[in-house]
Amino acid sequence: MPKNMSPKKVAMPEQDPNVRNKNFKEVALGYTPEMAMEEATRCLNCKNKPCVSGCPVNVRIPEFIEKVAAGDFAAAYEIVASTNALPAISGRVCPQESQCEGVCVRGIKGEPVAIGRLERFVADWYMANGIASPVAPPKNGKKVAIIGAGPAGLSCAGDLAKAGYDVTIFEAFHTAGGVLVYGIPEFRLPKSIVHKEIDNLRALGVKVMTNMVIGKVLSLDEVFEMGFDAAFIGSGAGLPSFMGIEGEALIGVYSANEYLTRTNLMRAYDESYDTPIIKSKAVAVVGGGNVAMDAARCAQRLGAEKVYIVYRRSEEEMPARKEEVHHAKEEGIIFNLLTNPVKIIGDENGKVSGMECVRMELGEADASGRRRPVAIKDSNFVLDVDTVIMALGTSPNPLIRSTTHGIEANKHGCLVVDESMKTTRDGVYAGGDAVTGAATVILAMGAGKTAAASIREYLEK
Amino acid sequence: MYKIVKKRQLNSAVTLMEVEAPLIAKKALAGQFIIFRVDEKGERIPLTIADYDREKGTVTIIFQIVGRSTMLLNQLEEGDSIMDFVGPLGKPTEVDGFKRVAVIGGGVGCAIAYPSAKALFKNGTEVDMIAGFRSKDIVILEDEMRAACTNLYVMTDDGTYGEKGLVTDKLKELIEREGRKYDAVIAIGPVIMMKFVAATTKPHGIKTIVSLNPIMIDGTGMCGGCRVKVDGEIKFACVDGPDFDGHKVDFDELMKRNSSYREREGHDRENCRLLKGAAENA
Repeated sequence: MPKNMSPKKVAMPEQDPNVRNKNFKEVALGYTPEMAMEEATRCLNCKNKPCVSGCPVNVRIPEFIEKVAAGDFAAAYEIVASTNALPAISGRVCPQESQCEGVCVRGIKGEPVAIGRLERFVADWYMANGIASPVAPPKNGKKVAIIGAGPAGLSCAGDLAKAGYDVTIFEAFHTAGGVLVYGIPEFRLPKSIVHKEIDNLRALGVKVMTNMVIGKVLSLDEVFEMGFDAAFIGSGAGLPSFMGIEGEALIGVYSANEYLTRTNLMRAYDESYDTPIIKSKAVAVVGGGNVAMDAARCAQRLGAEKVYIVYRRSEEEMPARKEEVHHAKEEGIIFNLLTNPVKIIGDENGKVSGMECVRMELGEADASGRRRPVAIKDSNFVLDVDTVIMALGTSPNPLIRSTTHGIEANKHGCLVVDESMKTTRDGVYAGGDAVTGAATVILAMGAGKTAAASIREYLEK
Repeated sequence: MYKIVKKRQLNSAVTLMEVEAPLIAKKALAGQFIIFRVDEKGERIPLTIADYDREKGTVTIIFQIVGRSTMLLNQLEEGDSIMDFVGPLGKPTEVDGFKRVAVIGGGVGCAIAYPSAKALFKNGTEVDMIAGFRSKDIVILEDEMRAACTNLYVMTDDGTYGEKGLVTDKLKELIEREGRKYDAVIAIGPVIMMKFVAATTKPHGIKTIVSLNPIMIDGTGMCGGCRVKVDGEIKFACVDGPDFDGHKVDFDELMKRNSSYREREGHDRENCRLLKGAAENA
């Protein structure tokens, strides 16, 4: 097959920025089969396959892309799904530019192969074409409890269920999905896709119990008393961080977790739901990660006239996915870079009426290798906003470590695990944000996968 | 789904419901709360557990109609089911190691003060309970409270029942005139009441525990909506509380934050005929 030597990726159709910034429908519309086949021929199927080792779950990328180029989408899906339990999700939310696509040979001159878009295409094609649901394999008689139905727990559950384990997921919320449903907005990851992936797990025999806050309604010990042979803790991100500046308790100051939970999980954007959210005119989102981009884009869709990203470093240091930054700019989000909040100003009713900021410049590199931002003297100014959203990261959920004996956490509250994802207690494994602190969906999925392999080894030895 | 096995109107705006939730009933302790969601489109709303029956596997909640969700909950009848009911959340109230305690409830807060009084009294603690209401017609749980304490003092703002005055008047009298020595004072009710109880006990150096009711969503230590300032630090009522040291809580800040959605709540009430009379009498 002749190779497509275009230096650019085949463009993916998207909703027009000025239309989509007023609705919650998906931004990127996905490739057609023709587009996918055309993009697939850009892959050189090179010998070293740097993309595979750049992927936290080691998807056999050139192999599946070869099948896409040949138009055999079912075979492509089988290859992706053999190592990735949630491809329709990772194809949408992975930071491909720092993983598979970041090391793609085609990226040396021009753009890398659009691996993420192809993965998404394959997964969507499979869902749309009504291939039979997966069938539960015969059970091996061993029971595993998964705490938390987010990306780590779901991928761990999927791998174990495929291997014949009797898997039960205990979810604290009223619905499964974790950050995929409470955090990542509908316009970036439609919830129907998350629900379908979870339905696939149910078809594999996985049981999902909602409203089960482990550490409260049942302790981990009681879970083991119910006859489980091993457990995986994927309890996810916890309490949000604040800056510790004046005015953070004013009405109109949200953590990004709260703002996104109201908007996404509780559907504040849909009038038929009861969830209240402040109707803002001008919003400042403090932070530079994906969560900040999500919050800013939600605020705009909820009707704010002006939405600012306030980030103390420059765009180069922003941890957000490139595509999210690009999409946010297209939609009209205003980037106030090298800017740091000093205090939030309130009116006589205790509501936000502005945010005082200071301009920053980059100094010497700090421990993270990034240049440290330093305040420029006398550069203070007031940003005219009525809402402030703090997107500064989170610390792991405290409920399990504070109610379970024998599981150690470090000084940040992250559960301590070895390379097999085993905690300090036999039979108990952990992964995702509960271990790493705030990180990505795909790293959580990778951790869930590693833990599933370790649990199999532990129970099958 | 969680079935309502008993419903009782305590006054025109306050309702008691006993709900089938065996796992929660098995674990619940005084001071802890549940989160309910009436239906698919409902909010997640926290309510403190008023009572539990481990054998029957039921949890009792008592709520005042404030906005749309409590209104929808109030429309359910015995035999109906609540879609989601999760708990027990938060840390239980400290009830051990006290000889004599004053438990103070204000309005519907008495429903939450009552289980703490009951737990203390059962422990052999001498309990003086002060229950404050605006008026006679909204007095709730009098018999239950009387059975859960050594002395019950009912106070009304307008003097139509019990003694006329504020709960803090009675507390002051008991401490200063009667010379009662309390190891702790537990106060649950409107934020303004808890603020003044804490101000009353502070000069006497009496440990004062308050149960806070900030706006909450997930209730499991994730969203940060329920943050309160205690001793200058940010604490989260859902996992660090809901009980805190009353001498260290920033009550003014909490009052402001709790008014975040007041307009919306008012709108909900005005737009519901069923609710109108009830809310005005609350």
